[in-house]
Amino acid sequence: MKPAPFEHQAPLTVEQAVSVLTEVGYDGKVLAGGQSLIPILNMRLASPGHLVDINRVAGLDTVEVTPDSVRVGALVRHAGLERSESAYAVLPLLRQALVNVAHPAIRNRGTTVGSIAHADAAGEMPAILALTDGVVEVAGPAGSREIAWSDFFLGALETSLAAEELAVAVRFGRFPDGTGTAFTEAARRHGDYAMAGVGVAVTLADGVVSAARASFVSVTDVPSVLDLAPALGGVEPGTSAWDSALDDAAEAVRGHVEPEGDIHASADYRRMLVTELTRRVLPQAADRAGASDD
Amino acid sequence: MTDTTSETLHDVTVSVNGVRHSATVPARRLLSDFLRHDLELTGTHVGCEHGVCGACTVLVDGAPMRSCLMFAVTAQDHAITTVEGLCSAPDARVAPTGESMNPVQQAFAECHGLQCGFCTPGFLTTVTAYLDENPSPTSEQAREAISGNLCRCTGYQNIVKSVLRAAEIRAERAGSDVTTEEQA
Repeated sequence: MKPAPFEHQAPLTVEQAVSVLTEVGYDGKVLAGGQSLIPILNMRLASPGHLVDINRVAGLDTVEVTPDSVRVGALVRHAGLERSESAYAVLPLLRQALVNVAHPAIRNRGTTVGSIAHADAAGEMPAILALTDGVVEVAGPAGSREIAWSDFFLGALETSLAAEELAVAVRFGRFPDGTGTAFTEAARRHGDYAMAGVGVAVTLADGVVSAARASFVSVTDVPSVLDLAPALGGVEPGTSAWDSALDDAAEAVRGHVEPEGDIHASADYRRMLVTELTRRVLPQAADRAGASDD
Repeated sequence: MTDTTSETLHDVTVSVNGVRHSATVPARRLLSDFLRHDLELTGTHVGCEHGVCGACTVLVDGAPMRSCLMFAVTAQDHAITTVEGLCSAPDARVAPTGESMNPVQQAFAECHGLQCGFCTPGFLTTVTAYLDENPSPTSEQAREAISGNLCRCTGYQNIVKSVLRAAEIRAERAGSDVTTEEQA
């Protein structure tokens, strides 16, 4: 359970990091928090020749709230984002999801951008990037570029980041006024990888649903967003029509997800689970939307 | 830990329990092994080496982290607190047995919060940092606080009691100012 030998590179700037990544190519791996990477190295599931440790790179540890996004630098730890009051004020979904990421000791070290770049289907924050219609900011040898979430995730643990590129930040999009959000997941033990999870955003206008969307953890290969407006649009939460709309939404989720079974839960169980979880979080999100609409 | 290959070695200096320590190690040296093998501070225990069990938890700049999921080279210049450092905390007092213990250590001793003791260093560091953040947890919050630490002796009931008792001792000691002579 010890990593194979590697060369430790410790750039001090984004430019140096990109230059090292360019030099080492596919033999290099970026180390930020390392809470997913180091277990993989310890178990020797991977043995990159070079680790590009960005922990000393200046300027990557800030959370910025802009009129349309929350921008999170590559060295912001999950715990730092979770505790950010300015981020919580405009996008409570972040904290709602982050408290589900592993355990506090892992969140103290692991980074939000790192977990997105790792692109584990069981990761919460990739799903949240999708739900918020977020963007990944990338630095590379040819300069910087932005990758929309929908172009970023290619498969399990696979992204469109090139070997010589560094994800320097992500921007989570803010929702329109009158939007409420909620997130929940179910795991065998609290803090374990979820068997299924779901985040939702519900927007109300004049008391009825004008927009609703959901994204999922552990039941889709890559993050994907399901538009629930066809099921919930125009319905007033709390009415009898709302109950049958929730049934329709649950059916839409059942058809959308593609879970795989493993030792923890069968595919059928995960499908049932995520359907039920969605039914539970939609009323929460609608309540919060109502509160913010007043 | 000698290695005959031509691995690049790094001079790593970290502050551990307030004392600066240096050692020359390969980049792949985990912080947990650096503490145990290179600095001979064997209080930090190594269980699963993939971040699940929590036995190796140390405080990095005051925050609990898994020392098996950090490299010593990354810890360069950071301040580490291991279980060995807890007894010199400002609110540690000398127990009747003669050892100095911080409130959490005292509570684990009083409440039988350990059986074999393997997981204990990770619990002590985790709970010490947690009480700084939440000085008077409920029983439920105490369970949540220790959810990232595994105990295979299944001593969780007493560990939860220990967390709650540690909060009491901590408050008592904070109230009794910093004089310690009556403890001697």
